Amino acid sequence: MLKKERRRYLALEIDSEETFSSKELMNALWSAVLKLYGEYGASKTGLALIDYNGEKRFAVIRVVHIAVENVRAAIASITKIAEKPAAIHVLNVSGTIKTLYKKLKQ
Amino acid sequence: MKRIYADLHLCPNLNNERQTARMIRKAAALGYRLIAIPVPLSFTEKKVRWLRNLCEEVGIEFASRIDLKPRTPRELIVNLRRLRRRFEIIAVLCETKQVARQAAKDRRVDLLNFPAINFRRRFFDKAEAELASSGLTAFEIDVKPLIMFEGTVRVRLMSNLRKEVAIAQKFRVPTIVSSGVSDELHMRKPRELAALASLFDLKETAALEAVSKNPVAIVKRNREKLSPRFVAPGIRVIRRGKDC
Repeated sequence: MLKKERRRYLALEIDSEETFSSKELMNALWSAVLKLYGEYGASKTGLALIDYNGEKRFAVIRVVHIAVENVRAAIASITKIAEKPAAIHVLNVSGTIKTLYKKLKQ
Repeated sequence: MKRIYADLHLCPNLNNERQTARMIRKAAALGYRLIAIPVPLSFTEKKVRWLRNLCEEVGIEFASRIDLKPRTPRELIVNLRRLRRRFEIIAVLCETKQVARQAAKDRRVDLLNFPAINFRRRFFDKAEAELASSGLTAFEIDVKPLIMFEGTVRVRLMSNLRKEVAIAQKFRVPTIVSSGVSDELHMRKPRELAALASLFDLKETAALEAVSKNPVAIVKRNREKLSPRFVAPGIRVIRRGKDC
């Protein structure tokens, strides 16, 4: 039987004076992952946007648990979003969305 | 026990006091407890104290650092003799093989750094690592070029770093991962630096040590050596006076 894929949820903080749309954020994330790991590597990350608040510059993404460090490295390599200077920091990592928000509140 | 994260190569523009203060505050917010800023030789004691106070205000420790870029081994030795007791960290940017070899074997040198773009001048090979391992010198990697470069330059850099890190691990030369950035937006959290280290095949535990245990150990060792109580490794003055 196929093993259930374990997932991790990453809370992200966008460090920039500009505001971005969720599409611009995901484009930056995908392009960073593609540049570092190629299409084959990117296909293994299971990257998906779960929640996004452009005004608060906050996002939650989902990745496959074995790809957390790779995605973290790709996120750290981002210096621009939509050609505007920006950085993204990982605030927290959790196995469920519920605990992720709980950790963030603490 | 909670890790103490350190960035031994934060490079704010020291002529811009506001930016320097902002970068120090950001380092504290990102989770660093110890930072080192390379200061020029012309920097006065008063200005170093200003940096130290800025760091104390935000609850982080400051270590003074000087980056030497000697052209000859002789110049390196002269500089080390003059500066060793003035700075907590001495890093050498090795631009020639002779300088790299001298820096690796000299116990007064803390960090070996190599040019990021000029791959012909990256002299960290087996001979260099063997000298460094006996001379207690650490191998420093700045992540700034990994963040800034793209394409083939980054590919070559990652490939070189992978080989160098493997050599360093084989000869038990401590690896240190620093940021080397001069812009706030390029500053990264310690765990993000460790994640970037995975790009040159540094395992997670080794990468975390490269941003915590290894740099902290260097600063601790040097502070002990610079203290007036220090006599020799393992020997220090406990009490002075006529009754001793």
